[in-house]
Parts: sequence; structure tokens; C-alpha cells
Amino acid sequence: MSQEPLLTVEGLSKSFGGVLALSAVDLTVHAGDILGIIGPNGSGKTTLVNAITGFVHSDRGKVVFKGRDITNWEPHRIADLGLTRTFQVMRPYYSLPAYKNLIVPLFSRRARRSGGWRGGGKTGSRDTVAVDILEEIGFERDSYVPYKTASSLPTGYLKRLELARCLALRPDLIMCDEVFSGLSMSEMASMVPLMEKLQMEGITLIMVEHRLRELFRLAKRVMVLNFGCKIAEGTADEVLGTKEVKEAYFGSEEEVLSHV
Amino acid sequence: MAETTQDRRKERLDRGIKVRTDSVYAISHWQEMTYMLAPRLVFILGLLALPLILSFFPYWQRVISIVCIYALLAVGFDFLANHVGLVSLGGGFYVGVGAYMAALLNLKFGLPPVVTVPIATFAGGVFCTLLFLPCLPLRGVYFAIVSLMFPLLAGRVIEALDIFGGTDGLLGVESFGNPWVERYLLIGSVLVAVFVLRRLLIEDVGLVFRGVKDNDQAVKASAINITVYKALGVYFASTLGCLGGACLTHIYMWAGLSQFALDYSIIPIAATVVGGGGTLIGSVLGCLILVPISEMLRDFGTLRIAVYALILTAFIVYKSEGLMNYGARKYEQFERWVRI
Amino acid sequence: MEIVIYGIINSITLTLMALGFSLVYGVSRLPNFAHGALYVLTGYLAWLLLNRVGLYYPLAIIGALALTGIIGAAMYYFVLVRIRGMPISEIIASYAIGLAILEGLRWGGLKGGTFTLPPFIEGSTQLFGVSVDYQRLIVVAAGLLLIGGLWLFVSKTKLGLALKGIAQDERAALTLGIDSDRMAVVSMALGSVLAGIAALVLFPLGSIVVEAGYQVLIMAVAVCIVGGLGSWNGAILASFLIGFAQILTVSFIATHFQVVVALVAIVVTLISRPSGLFGRQKELEERV
Repeated sequence: MSQEPLLTVEGLSKSFGGVLALSAVDLTVHAGDILGIIGPNGSGKTTLVNAITGFVHSDRGKVVFKGRDITNWEPHRIADLGLTRTFQVMRPYYSLPAYKNLIVPLFSRRARRSGGWRGGGKTGSRDTVAVDILEEIGFERDSYVPYKTASSLPTGYLKRLELARCLALRPDLIMCDEVFSGLSMSEMASMVPLMEKLQMEGITLIMVEHRLRELFRLAKRVMVLNFGCKIAEGTADEVLGTKEVKEAYFGSEEEVLSHV
Repeated sequence: MAETTQDRRKERLDRGIKVRTDSVYAISHWQEMTYMLAPRLVFILGLLALPLILSFFPYWQRVISIVCIYALLAVGFDFLANHVGLVSLGGGFYVGVGAYMAALLNLKFGLPPVVTVPIATFAGGVFCTLLFLPCLPLRGVYFAIVSLMFPLLAGRVIEALDIFGGTDGLLGVESFGNPWVERYLLIGSVLVAVFVLRRLLIEDVGLVFRGVKDNDQAVKASAINITVYKALGVYFASTLGCLGGACLTHIYMWAGLSQFALDYSIIPIAATVVGGGGTLIGSVLGCLILVPISEMLRDFGTLRIAVYALILTAFIVYKSEGLMNYGARKYEQFERWVRI
Repeated sequence: MEIVIYGIINSITLTLMALGFSLVYGVSRLPNFAHGALYVLTGYLAWLLLNRVGLYYPLAIIGALALTGIIGAAMYYFVLVRIRGMPISEIIASYAIGLAILEGLRWGGLKGGTFTLPPFIEGSTQLFGVSVDYQRLIVVAAGLLLIGGLWLFVSKTKLGLALKGIAQDERAALTLGIDSDRMAVVSMALGSVLAGIAALVLFPLGSIVVEAGYQVLIMAVAVCIVGGLGSWNGAILASFLIGFAQILTVSFIATHFQVVVALVAIVVTLISRPSGLFGRQKELEERV
């Protein structure tokens, strides 16, 4: 590719009290791509997300985003630059109505700089903008859903709310930490087109996933982590063919692979 | 919402008038208007009228200023603990900083109280915030412990270095002159503080504060620097404390080590717990109850500390919602037993 | 030489003060801010039993320790258990109880005259040319015995192992049939007794005053925070660090700074390394 990659990670390492959670992971993502990251439980996927987005201090390595070295920046500065994330364990403001959840990101400097949502200008109150974003992400505007408190929403909506919180910042890159986990089949089916829509709108996505089938529909390129190391990278078929990946997914999860 | 006993449970429903008042009907009928305004007016007018009513009891009139100083601290504590999520046990530190700053400005530069109080208030707030800045990443218990250490440390350092008058304190500070100025300055400050902070909390920025308290990770992921908001919270609280301290110095015409004392750390907490955390008004109410009790027990020396420590324990353990939340619930909702 | 000997004595004194606090926090995650109050209370109870009831000194000591243990356990069983798991409420409530005990004592008990406990053995001896009185040697012996005894208790007895289990992983311990509330009561009783033992060996060196309660609380908190809350090795190491730092400040700067050293140690540790010297990464993430 001629163009500069959006995000480059070189040799990122992190250990927790002697246990190596990430060892020298490299990755590159170009603008507009969807990169999938898979791996068995405890392979360091979430740590990778945490280390890139600044929630965990990495020990070694370098993260470059939009040409700037953002290694071990504070999370809010990284988000301010346009690299946001969702949490695997969802973190909504449970006591607030769903749309009020978006007031916090809309209050940030990044959201204010961009002047509301989709060029809406500074005139629209944040509440209106918030409902607009929720509609875009699949909360029916005329129903009561956007106005219900977050604690009463089902998992599917909470996952969407996580995404909406990222979208409110109008990010360039979203790192999705297992958006499909805990969803029912039908909820997942409706999530896939949503992610495609985000990609078409020009948002780059890095998706950390357990659900291989849905991921492979979306991601052209997939990388596999095991014990904190990158063991394979390429298209879905290439990756699944390699010996290391088969070994990593040994046992019951091999059946998952055969389904794909 | 509901308490369950064996075969029935208590159901709580909003009163019709409360629901109507919440929406657009609020201004359409005198009943709704009264319902909405009565509690607020009782609070504001009651506080304003207090010195006039008590002019028949000169002894108690003096207590009003003290109540207000504690109320300022308690409002600050409540805001910081229940809306920003930093439990600061070091209220005495704010009072001490405000008191010493006002006293020094008055004694060294000969400035009158009109000048020293505002300077001590705002500069004191900045000073406290700067000192607390390195502690802001700490959470919960750890912040509470550090904040508890600050007033102790300040007292010991002044004692050990023998600066600012050492153990004797700074004597001969100018008084306010007119006691009515002093009372209404303090009552006005309490009302303004409660109004401004309550207003702040229903704005969008209030949601950010709430986010910092409940869910700081999500706030960080929303490109918002939580340290800024925590610092802002500490600034509000310490400014209120310093205002109290500055007034205290001019009332007693003296600044001393006892202004870092336990009283200023523990009464505001007790008042907030008794009055009802999170309401801000509850903390003022708590002070109106606790400070006079403490004043009545003054003859018994330190027994008063033991008494309000026990009141505090009883409330935190058995009635943790506090009076204000309890009252608001009775005012806004009715309860009934429903058979299951 | 004087600095070394008094440094060791001071460090073990600090360990004694902190052991109870550390034990209770380690087992039940309860920051017992009434620790200092229990310390003074034991001293006062022993004084009462000795002088007002007229008991034989060893009996008075045992009686005072037993009473403190019961009071500590009752405090947990009747009050603190209801706010278990709300750390801020736990701190405020236990601190308030401690305050009530201390200020109640100041008002009703410890006033007028000085209150002293007699030393266990009168007199002093020469150690490497430094004069040390026997009571201080008893303090050291008691400290070492307690550390050793606790270690044996925790690693050898069934009750000790259960406590250790709760300390390491409460949920796992619950599934193994260990009642965490009962263990918390036991740990509070034990912690109170430890505070009491510290009081009884230390008070003969001076007089029983209310201020000691605050002092002991600060020291215990300082040692436990610097060492890493819940870590016993850390607490012992931290006692030596702070103990020697204090002796050095006393001999080279001024006596006034003794407490300042501990307070500064707390603030600096929390800011630079919140998990303390021996804290674990997992705990670090909870704190920051």
C-alpha cells in the first residue's frame, strides 16, 4: 500500500507480575479496514486493546496512530485523537437513561470541536444529538427504548450503547472488544450490517472476537494471538490453515473452526 | 424500591401532584406551584429569617455563624463524596488553610476582612487543590486515608517548624465589626453554594461529574480527562472550606492549630450522613441539628465528640439514606402494602 | 550503636502497633479505624482491673485482653457487619466508634492525674554499651513472639488456614464452606487482642493517654500502607523502614518530626506506589 497506515503497533509487550500477557505484538491497520483479532481465552486480546488505548501501561514497544507516537499516553488523550474503544464488560452509566449516557462523550472537547453530530452545529442541544446517534445505532427513535434507564436494557442494546459512546466522539478508529459475545443469534445477525455501515462511513475497525463466523464475514484480514504472541496473520482461510492456529484452538473449539 | 416481608411487600408510587409538577403543568395551577416551591421557600426563607427569630435568644444567635461554617464544609464534603466520588476526610485542612491565610493577610499586610475573606477563599481553594493534585488518581479508601493525613500533617509541621505563631497561633486578627454582616455573609454563602452546586449538577457537566464517580473508565474512554473534573470538585469543596475558615478567623479574631482539628473533619461528615448524602440541602439540615447539640454539650467537654460520633455511627449503619432523602420520599411518594 | 538498638526497638514497637490492623484488613478487608481506640481501651481496662478491682497484675492483663477481644468482636457483630463491603462507610463508622471510645474515655475515665501501668520487670541493663531497660527488651521479645506465633497460627492451625483462605480469595473460601462473616468476627477479636497486647507491653514505658490512640492509628495506617495493605511481610519491612527513619530524624533533626515522618511516608507511598512495597498488581488496579 502506498498510503501511510492509520495505526502501527511495533513490539508491544506487557507482563503482569512475571506473566507475559503480550510479547512483542506487531500490527498495522490502514484507514477504512476491518482487522479481526482472534485467540483462545487468556491469549492477551483484551490486554492488547488496553495497551493500545492507554488503559494499561505497556512495558516495551511503540504505538503510532495517525503518524503520532501515542505509546502510553493517557486514555483520554488517545480518545481525543480519534482512537476509541468499547469495553468487553459493558460500562454504561446504569442509573441514567440510555440517551443521557451519551452526554458524557458529547461533552468532551473532541465532540465539541466537531460541532455536534454530523455537522448539526452547536445549536442542537446534546440531548437531541444523543437521540440521533442512538437512532443510527439501532435504537428506535419513536419507541421508549432510548429513554429507558440503562440498567433495564438487554445486553444487545447495551453493546450498541457502548458503540454509540464511541461514535459520539466521531472517531477514526474503534477497537471493539467482543461486541458479539453474550448476544443472541438474532441480535448478532442485526449487528453485522451495523458494523458494515460503520465501515462504509469511513470508520476503521479493529474487532476482537470469539465469534469467528460473524467476524470472518466482516474482516478481510485476521490475526491470531496465543499466550500473548501473534501466531498467524492473513485472510481467514490462510489463518485457519496454519498449524499453530489449529493447535491453539485444539479441542472443543476445533469444532467451531470446522463450522466456518 | 420495595421492601419484602413474608407475604406482602411495600410498594412506593409517585404522588400524582409530583408527576404533574415534574412536567409542564408545574406553572398552571397554584397547587402544583405551591407543591414545588414550598420546600424550597421554607429552606431559603427559614435560613434567612433564623438570625431575626433568634434575636430573642442572644446566646443561640452566635451559634448561627458556626452552623453556617460547618454547613459550608458539609456541602463541600457532600458534593465531593456523593457527586465526584472522592471521600475527603480532611475538612479540617481546608478550614485551617483559609483561617491561616486570612489571618496572615490581615496581620502582615493589614488588609481588612472585606479583602482577606475573598482572597483567602479563592487563593486557599487553589492552594488546597494544588496540594491534593498528586492524590487525585487514588480511589475510595486510599484517597480518604491521604485526605485524613493532610490536616494532621499541617498541624504537626506548623508545630515542629514553629512558624505562623507555632502552638500559640496568630492572635489579634481584626473582627467583622458588625455581627449582622458576619451572619448574613455566611447565610448568603451557604444559600449561594447550595444553589450553584445543585444547578451545576442538573446541567450536562453534572452528568460528567456523576460519570467520574460511578464509571471513571467509561469517562476516560470518552476522551475526557477525569483528573480535571476531580480537581474541579476538590476546588469547589476546598473553596467552601476556606471561606468557612477565613470567616472563622475573623469571628474568633484568632487563627490556631485547633482549626486543623478533628471537629471540622468529623461534624461535616456526620451532618451529611444524618441529613442525607447527595442532596446538599440535607448537609445543611444536618448541621442545623448537630451543631446546636454539640453546642449544648459544650459543658461536658469532649463528650460532645463522642455523642456525635455515636449519632454518625447509628445513622450510617441503621438509616444510611439520611433525613433529607427520607423526607423527600415521603413528600413525593406514597406507600402501600401489597399482598403477594 | 545507640541508633541501631533504639531503631530496632522502635521498629518492633511499630510492628506491634500495626499487627492487629494488618490482620483485620488482611482477613476481612475491613479498615479498622477503631484500632487506636482499642489500644487505649485495653490500657485503661488493665488499669481499672489492677487498681480499682485490685486483681493480681497477670490476671488483670488477661482480663483486659479478653474484654478487648469481646468488645472488638461485638463491634463487628452488632454494627460493622451491616455495612460490610462498603469501604467508605466502614472507615467512617469504625473511625466514629473509635472516636466515641477515645473521647468518651477522655471525658469519663482518663482525666485528673496520670494513669500508669507498672513495668513487668523493673530496671535496665547494658547492651553493647547502651543502656536499655528491661521493659523495652520485653517489647522486642513480645514483638518477635507475636510475629512467630502468628506465622505458626496462620500456617499450621485449621482456624489460621481458614483465615488465610478468606484473605486470599473470599469467594473460593466461601465455596469451601468457610463462613466469611464468622471468620471476620474471629479476625476482629484477634486484631483487638493484638492491639491490646501492644498496649500492655508499651504503656508501662509511659502513661496511658488518649492521644496515644490517634498516634497508634496513624502509625498502624502508615506501616500498613507503606508495606502494602494486607501484606504482613510488607508491614514488617515497612515498620523497620519507618522505625529507623524516625530514630534518625529524632537524633539528627528534632523530636517533633517523628510523626511527620510517618505521615510523609503515607502520602509519598500512596502517590508514588499506591500498592505499597509488597502490594500486588491486582490490588494496584483496584486502587488507581
